[in-house]
Amino acid sequence: MREYLPILLFLIVAAVFAGSTIGMSSLIVPRRRNARKDSAYECGVDPVGNARARFTIKFYLVAVVFILFDIEAVFLYPWAVTFRQLGLYGLVEMLLFIVILLVGYVYLLKKRAFEWD
Amino acid sequence: MAALWNQPDVQVAVWALLKVGIILNGMLILVSYMIFAERKIAGHMQARTGPNRVGWFGFMQPWADVLKLFFKEEFIPAEANRVIFHIAPMLAVIPALVTFAVVPFGPGPALVGADVNVGLLVFLAMSSLGVYAITLGGWASNNKYALLGGLRSSAQMISYELAMGLSTIGVLMLAGSLSLVDIVHAQSKVAHVFGLPIPGWYVLYQPVAFVIFMITALAETNRAPFDLPEAEGELVAGFHTEYSSMKFGLFFLGEFMNVISISCIAVTLFLGGWNGPGPASLGLLWFALKLALLLFFFIWIRWTYPRLRYDQLMNLGWKVLLPLALANIVLTAIAIQWVSGAAG
Amino acid sequence: MIFLFAGFAALLVASSLLVVLHRNPVTSALFLVLAFCSLGGIYLLLQAEFVALVQVIVYAGAIMVLFLFVIMYLNLRQDVERGVQTAIRRGLGWLVGAVLLAEAFALIAKRWQVGPVSGGPEMLEGNTQAIGRALYTRYLFPFEITSLLLLVAMIGVIVIAKGRGGTAAADDSAEEKP
Repeated sequence: MREYLPILLFLIVAAVFAGSTIGMSSLIVPRRRNARKDSAYECGVDPVGNARARFTIKFYLVAVVFILFDIEAVFLYPWAVTFRQLGLYGLVEMLLFIVILLVGYVYLLKKRAFEWD
Repeated sequence: MAALWNQPDVQVAVWALLKVGIILNGMLILVSYMIFAERKIAGHMQARTGPNRVGWFGFMQPWADVLKLFFKEEFIPAEANRVIFHIAPMLAVIPALVTFAVVPFGPGPALVGADVNVGLLVFLAMSSLGVYAITLGGWASNNKYALLGGLRSSAQMISYELAMGLSTIGVLMLAGSLSLVDIVHAQSKVAHVFGLPIPGWYVLYQPVAFVIFMITALAETNRAPFDLPEAEGELVAGFHTEYSSMKFGLFFLGEFMNVISISCIAVTLFLGGWNGPGPASLGLLWFALKLALLLFFFIWIRWTYPRLRYDQLMNLGWKVLLPLALANIVLTAIAIQWVSGAAG
Repeated sequence: MIFLFAGFAALLVASSLLVVLHRNPVTSALFLVLAFCSLGGIYLLLQAEFVALVQVIVYAGAIMVLFLFVIMYLNLRQDVERGVQTAIRRGLGWLVGAVLLAEAFALIAKRWQVGPVSGGPEMLEGNTQAIGRALYTRYLFPFEITSLLLLVAMIGVIVIAKGRGGTAAADDSAEEKP
């Protein structure tokens, strides 16, 4: 697994770079705080309430459906790289898999899971 | 000392550090001048000149901008979650930079950071982690615009990530490998049709996948016409409303680095990577040329198309691109099966 | 190699502990992302490159995004802990923890070594292909069953989301009013 070592080093160097950029700039930037500057920006008006509000369920729905299709995609990667060896057999089994998921997709579509208005 | 140097791990690490240094610096310069190019091109598209005061034709403008950002006053909302507020901009840059580790910039092991078997998955993993910067930045600011921008953006990014992942499947089927180096090698064959050389680039075999990939690339990098997270008109600046000074700079840097890294992957997957006419030593040049072309495409699109509405964006992602990508996979599979059946 | 394993393992243990011990749920979730990533690193050391990257893509990149959505936007600022329920939960937690600890000791007591298992010849071309060949020939049935599982999950999502009547997209009450 030696070929993965550069990726780890990229990760470390990137983190050091990002951290030091923020660190360096926060050492030299001027900071003159007052209550106005510390308040959240709402077009110059005093902020109303707290921003941590509840949101519509659509966003969670998208996230769950995303996970499900993401798992489908993950199954497709090893299938795609071995497809030539699997041949017709591979084609049929993946068609079955995709068709079953398409049933779910059509169901989601019919239940207006992707509607945003 | 010599004993230490003879350890293969140490050698790999030293070479890798050298590559990291070169790529990091190269990308910083490239990002600076891409921003400059964007401002210049935007200017000319709108019949004005763009920045032209700092240095020769405004050529020193990026450095002036960076210096300015370094000395700008920094605001942190009193209600913000300070730790996460600081971490978010770092998370914007790190995944984009790590992606460069697997990009084969040219032929030969010296021009690729890490030639791994699952290079494409590394890219997909990094782009799936990219969503955290925006979600966390938007949430930690404790600002309504930022929160809404962050939420919208995360939903947008995960929606388009799916179509992006699925659009690469066709390429994988043709290349039979997840390694980016192998994928570029697989595109090196030149076919001859009526004496005309036809390159083996996958854009010719997977045009639909290429179009899907480029559209999702625009959405993943939050570029116009998919720049809803920062929609100035309604959300002020979206998730980075409360960010200032170099922390804003890192978000900005991350966005452009993402554009470059995703373009690098597009060149690798669809445009034949370093392949091109002439000797192999020109490989790096060909890669740079194709990359420049795609970067220009990103800028061109931004200054041509208006922003989508959020429901249009979600419709496009879920109702058009996702089924299209799946259909492309099935059709590609049938085509490969048919061709290999006819040949065998 | 052993240093890398120690590093990833330490990171995994430390971040997992912080998931449990940190008061702020968002920070906890972030430590869980870190835990998944270091778990990916350990998979990589075991030469399971496909599983390692899938770990990051699915767990760190997809499932944790949903977790964060739920935590952030349902406004769970602090753990709410009171009443008898908490006592039951705590007791169960200790019980499961003890069982897992006993299992770990049982594993360590047996012959157990760090590092990859010695690979067969198919290790050379990368194990994504090996997984593909095994999954789509020998383990075909479990694979097809997975699609049914995903289908059930899709239907479940809609049923839960629509729980209180109306279509999934109709619940707009709290959204977008800046």
